[in-house]
Formats: sequence, structure tokens, C-alpha cells
Amino acid sequence: MKSVGHSIRKIDGMAIATGKPVYTEDLAMDNALVVKILRSPHAYAKIRSIDLSKAESLEGVECILTYKDVPNVRFTLAGQSYPEPSPYDRLILDQIVRYVGDEVAIIAAVDEKTAQLAMKRIKVEYEVMEPVLDFEQAIGHSSIVHPEEDLSCNFEIGLNKEKNIASSYHEEVGDVEEELKRCAVVVEDVYYPQAQAHTMMETYRAFSYLDHTGRLIVVSSTQVPFHIRRQLARALQIPASKIRVIKPRIGGGFGGKQTGAGDVFAALVTLKTGKPALIIYDRKETFTCTTSRHAMRLRVKLGADQDGIIRAIDMQVLSDTGAYGEHAPTVLGCVGHYTLPLYNKTRAVRFDGHAVYTNKMPAGAFRGYGATQGTFALESIVNKLAERLKLDPTEIRLKNISKVGETFLTGQGVMLGSTSLDQCIVRGKELIGWDEKFPRREVGPNKVRAVGMAITMQGSGIANIGTASAEIRLNDDGNFTLLTGATDMGTGCDTILSQMAAEILEIPMEIIIVNAGDTDTSPYDPGSYASSTTYVAGTAVVKAAEELKSKILAQSAAFLGVSREDVELNGLAVRTLSGDQEISFAKLAELTILGTGKLQLVGYATHGSEVSPPPYVAGFAEVEVDRETGKVDLIDYVAVIDCGTVINPNLARIQAEGGIAQGIGMALYEQVRYDELGKMATNTFMQYKIPTRKDVGKVRIEFEVSYEPTGPFGAKSIGEVVANTPPPAISHAIYNAVGVRENHLPITPEKVFLGMQK
Amino acid sequence: MQIELTINEKAVKWEVAFDELLADTLRSHGFLSIKTACDTSCCGLCTVWIDGKSRLSCSILSLQAHGKKITTIEGLPKEAEEFAQILSAEGAEQCGFCSPGFIMSVLAMKNELVNPSEEEIIHYLTGNLCRCTGYMGQLRAIKTFLGVA
Repeated sequence: MKSVGHSIRKIDGMAIATGKPVYTEDLAMDNALVVKILRSPHAYAKIRSIDLSKAESLEGVECILTYKDVPNVRFTLAGQSYPEPSPYDRLILDQIVRYVGDEVAIIAAVDEKTAQLAMKRIKVEYEVMEPVLDFEQAIGHSSIVHPEEDLSCNFEIGLNKEKNIASSYHEEVGDVEEELKRCAVVVEDVYYPQAQAHTMMETYRAFSYLDHTGRLIVVSSTQVPFHIRRQLARALQIPASKIRVIKPRIGGGFGGKQTGAGDVFAALVTLKTGKPALIIYDRKETFTCTTSRHAMRLRVKLGADQDGIIRAIDMQVLSDTGAYGEHAPTVLGCVGHYTLPLYNKTRAVRFDGHAVYTNKMPAGAFRGYGATQGTFALESIVNKLAERLKLDPTEIRLKNISKVGETFLTGQGVMLGSTSLDQCIVRGKELIGWDEKFPRREVGPNKVRAVGMAITMQGSGIANIGTASAEIRLNDDGNFTLLTGATDMGTGCDTILSQMAAEILEIPMEIIIVNAGDTDTSPYDPGSYASSTTYVAGTAVVKAAEELKSKILAQSAAFLGVSREDVELNGLAVRTLSGDQEISFAKLAELTILGTGKLQLVGYATHGSEVSPPPYVAGFAEVEVDRETGKVDLIDYVAVIDCGTVINPNLARIQAEGGIAQGIGMALYEQVRYDELGKMATNTFMQYKIPTRKDVGKVRIEFEVSYEPTGPFGAKSIGEVVANTPPPAISHAIYNAVGVRENHLPITPEKVFLGMQK
Repeated sequence: MQIELTINEKAVKWEVAFDELLADTLRSHGFLSIKTACDTSCCGLCTVWIDGKSRLSCSILSLQAHGKKITTIEGLPKEAEEFAQILSAEGAEQCGFCSPGFIMSVLAMKNELVNPSEEEIIHYLTGNLCRCTGYMGQLRAIKTFLGVA
């Protein structure tokens, strides 16, 4: 293959690396109004009165909007395919504020200083209510986070607002209780993966204006332009046809930008004033007023027979969705969906979960999407089982993992199409030096080194829901345009989708123009999330390219006066098999588009998959723990990955290294924390510690290629699966080092130290 | 008030407010490579050179730039492109948002450190955060760029 499988640099790489003006703020008009949000200082309160008089009278204040000025229609900010599973539980502005940072008023002014000054002059009287802060106390709490009558769901998600339950999910196959009784060994424990902040470097931002036909144009740093358009249409009560959402270059997303933030406020200002408006969330707002990973409590029980074959898994999950239910039902469901199929020798499995409302910042989509939390719990308990059975942790995995052609209990008969997880485990073991290092080695009077491991899976797209369309045209000058709704956020999908098109059409990538992420011009795509772009949008591109190739061959054959079977692609031309006649793409384009042909050649395809094939990772951590202080240094992290065919090895490696680093942050450093009044204590990088380049040790990535029959060129996904193994693998290594089993993430030196004193 | 400074080898006179930060002044004059991402001097995205030394433009008042020589990535097209080529060949720019500041730090490091060890490289660049790449690819690119193994 000439394009696929090669480490081709990103087509936008040089522009973004050297600081060219291609991000949202760079493109905003200089005269755009500055939009600022007055936010609630209380975790739970009702607005009694708002006095705007001193603020509105300021010169340069364009408008100030409160709950009295917005449509009374609830919606969700979750960027999901319609009908969204997330509850419609928010208004643009509400009389009730549900967390510290919830929006109270929208201020638009000619510049930032004026907007800030106006904000200070707004007087709000609140009736403060008792907040629900501890998610384990949410069910049955005397305060009800969403008392309103008009909250609605598109379908049954197990919402029970009187009990603060946003969503419930139950899945059961076989009789877990009976099966556990039959097991030789049963282990159980409770795990607490924490809320984690995305901390993409480009904070949330959008600007809006009205175009020459009066339509609302929103340029947004988003992963989901089509969903933002639908969201805005509902929230603002205007037809979607009157809205265009454009995604420029994006400075990172990690799932955070799968939830709307700020777009609706800028858009409302533009609708009210007719003027361009720009909203930029500062870092503090990004930390405190957007979304985080769902904090969870997972009780897991695992039963196995004497040989270590896992026969029963019982998982009970409580998920903290915060003040609003964005992604609450789906993240909850994915905890089980992306863990239970790992081990398919089970005879019974049960999953029971609730996502609860609390008066804290909403949780939302975050790379891993429930799989991260579930993997921490399941893999930790499997490590515990291995110890109980005196089995090597790698061996117990190899005995239990699913093989090609097999099914799993909750999988409704879907067979596994590809896996090289067994090779990933074997190779990872070699790379880390498992046999020499497991479980621990003393390396000094107070220093001990140890290794730990975990495996994980994710999906590739959302089966039977996620669909992507793609279009490829042969242009008048013999070049091509690839139109896609997929949203490159630094991940490189504009590049890899071009690689796929170039491969099928046998053309160099340089003659493909990529036009993406614009709801006016792109074919529909849900956006880049759910590990779907390579797998779902990629297949749509392959199909569209194949259709165009077929049309090019047929039309060329007609012009050459031969049959379709007698021609082939040859460079930027089509020639007869005998080689005596040829027509260039440029000539073909001229004849079809400009001249007498009157038929521009276009390939178009819509693709959705009936399956969501899992990529896999086997992760291995080596840590050094200081027995005197509890300090943990990550020495080495090895991740061996099965993402099917690797479309672009360098881009895949970077995705993997970055995902592992985020997982390392979750394991050791990062935590969204609140004070006793519900105010977030970790609202800057001074308190919220993401890993620096000194904190990640050495991360080593290898690929064990498999071939996924339903994927483009055999590819599966990679974006999310890479985030999942570090918490359980590092936790395991720390346990092997000093015997401290810390189930509350992150595993800080204090916790390790205190654990050692027990 | 008015300040006089040299920006990318060009002498300019700019009107600035007394509380204006250099990062904002630079952006308002069209140097859009300047990104800010933290408000607390933690992330390194706004890195420029002041009299040849890498500095955080978000943490310096524009007034303090009076009489100074400021260099942004726009002023180093050749050097920046040379390293950016290597960085993006690794795929290690990813979202690119932290890249201009990071590149300014790398180029400053190249001027300051002779044959730096891996540890010295990591230490020098610790103030440049990146959430996408996990830093490994950046390190590979730097080693290629500096010709150190």
C-alpha cells in the first residue's frame, strides 16, 4: 500500500505547529462583542431577584440576559445522535442554579473590561438551599436537584428525579448468585475512580455572527458540529436550517468538546443584538463550569473455579453525573459494555448501576467513557483473584480472554472478529521484563521496584447508531475534494481519511483537498467521539472512493471507446489494459464537467456498522516506591496495542502515548476536588496537577496488528482504549511494591504512606 | 501609554494600557501564534523571547517590554520550520495549540545548552505543558533536531 500504513505527516501539521492563525479565536472578528457569564456562588439556590440597572447603564454594555430572556425549553448539551439518551434537563439560564459556577446572567459588551465591570455591578439575591454534595448520599437526599416538572427524556433511561437518579441501568445473564456459590474462589472489593478534568490546552470557545441571509453562523471549538447545530436549534427555538456550525482547527478535546459549552450564550447574544459575539472560557471556567470524567463507586464481585477460569462477574456502579445529566446513561452503560466482554468464560454476569444528580459541576464525556472507570475496577479485582489463586496475573488473563469467533454472555451473539490481545500480553511481558521483575525487587535500603499490569478494550464507533457520510469529487482541474463531517481535533483524521481515499483512488494525497467539519458543506457525521472516526467515517470514505473509482473507470472507458473491463488506473490517468490508449484525470474532468459530458463524477457513501469491534491494550507498569515517604515514581510503562491495521503508525503512536499519559495522570496525580460548600478547590493548574514531562517516566508503545474484517483496511479504533490501563496497572505495581491496595484514585504519596502504616 | 520596542527585528511604538499583559498586546497586534491557556504562569504556551531569553508573555506587563527586543515564532520562520518539520514528522504536534510556545523554548534551549542530556532536555522544558502527546514524541523530535542520541 502506498498511503495506508505509512507515517505521513498531518496535512495541517506545519500550520498549527508554527502558530498560523487557524483556531477559533484567531478567526473571530475584531469587532465581536465580548461575552461573559455571571455564575452562581452557591451550590444550590433559587434566584429571588436580579438587579441589572447599575450594569446596563454602563457605556459599552450591549445586553445582559437572565433566565427571563431565554426560551423555556429544556435541552441537553450532550453531543449525541438524535434522539439523545441524555435527559433534557437544562435551560440556557434557569431560575434555579445547581452548582457553583452555574450560569446566572449573560453579559455582552464592547470589550472585556466593560463586561467584567458590568458583571460586578449586577446584584443577585439568592435563596440558598441545602446542596447534595456527596454522591453516595444523593439517592433519597432531602434536596432534589431537579424538582422541575418539565424535565424530559427521549426514551426510558431509568430516570427518577425525586430520588436524584438521572439514569439506571440493569443487565443480567444467568444467575450470578448461584454461580458465585459454585465458584471455588470469590473476591470482591469497592473502587473509587475520581472525577478527572480534560484540560485540553485550548479552552472552550466559540464566536457567532449573522451571515448575508440572516442565518446564524457559529464557529466553535467542538468535536460535534452537527450535534451543536441541533442543540442550538432546540435551545434557541429556531430552525436548524437557520444555523451553520463550523469547526476550525481545535486545540484538543478528549471528549470534553463532545458536550456544548458557551456556544449557546454567544449565539443568543448574536440573535438578540444582531452583532458578532465571542465567548472564551478562561482556564478557571474550563475547570469549574464545563464537565469532567464521572466519579464513580464500583462494587465488584468475581467468582472463579480452581483453575482460575472466571465464571461470574457482578458489578454494581454508582456514577456521579453532577448537576446535569450529560452523558449520564451512556457512560454508565459503557462501564459494563467495555469490560464484561473481556472475559467470556463466564456463566453469569450482572450489571446494576445508577447515575445520580448532585450539586457539583456536571460530568460528561471523557476519553474512555466509562470503560476507564470499569477497567480500573475489573482489572484490579482480577489482579486480586490472581494473587488469591497464586496464578501469574498475565496467565490468568490468557486463560480467560475472548478469542476470534467467540461470543460473550451480554453480547447478543455477536462474534469477535479480530483480536491479538494474547500476543499483546505476551509481548508486553517481554518488553517490561515481567519474568525477572514480578512482583518486586529491592533496589536500595528504602526503595523497592515492582511491576503491575492490566488489559482493556473499548469499541469502534457505536453499533447501529453512529453513521458517517463522505463524498469525494473529481474536480474540474483533475484534483479531488474529500468532504467529510469528521472533526479533526488534533487527532489527524483529516490526514488519515485522505490516506484512505488516496489508497483506493491510487493518487497522491497532495491532490486531495479536504473540506471537513462544516454543517453547510459536510455530509453528516456525528463527530469525532466514541472511537468512531477511523472505523466508521473511514469506511464511509473507502466506500465513497470506491464508488468514484468505479465511475472514473466506466466514464473513461466510454470516452476511450472500450469496455469497462479493459481499463485500469495508471497514475493520474486511466489507460487500456493493452496500454495503447490513455485519458488523464484532467482530461476526464474537462470532458465530464466543462464540456459535453455534463456529469461531474462524485462518489458518495453513508456507513454505519452493526458491530463495534474492540481494540485492545495490554498495559504494564514498573514503579519505584520510597518506603519512607510513599512517593511513587513511574519508571517504565509499556503498552502493546491491537487496533487492527495501523493506518498511520506515527499518529497512532502519539495517540497512544498521550492516552497513556492521561491515564498516568488519573492513576497518580489528578483529582477534581470540592470544598465542604461545593466550591471546586482545583480550579487552576496550580492545584490540579496534570503530568509534566518529568512525571510520565518512559512510555513505550508497540502494536500487535490484527485484521478486523469489518474495518477499513482492517482497522479498528485507538483514540480511547489507550487511556484505560494505567490506573489498574500502576495500582497493581504499587501493591506489589509495598502491599498497599489503594482503591481511591489518585494514588498519592500520602495514601501510600498511610497505607504502609496500617 | 506608549512603549517602544523591537518586535522580530522591527522597531515599533505601541499604545498600551498600564495593566495590559504582553501576551494580549502581541495578539492584538496580529501575532496570533501567541496562545494562552492557564492564567497562572503554568503552561508555557505563551513563550516568547525577550532579549533572546525565553519568557512567559502572559506574566509580563507590556510596559516592561519597553526598550526590549521581543521575538515571536513569526520572527524565526526558518528555525521554527526546521524543527516543526521534525516535530510533525513524528506526529508530535498533535493539536498544535502548545507547539509555538514549545518550539520557542526548544530553540532557546538549543542556543543555551551544549549537547544536553535527556535529563537536561526534560528539565529545561518542564514548564511547557502538553495534554495530547504524553511528551515522548516531542523528546524524539528534539533528539533528532539536536543530533543527540
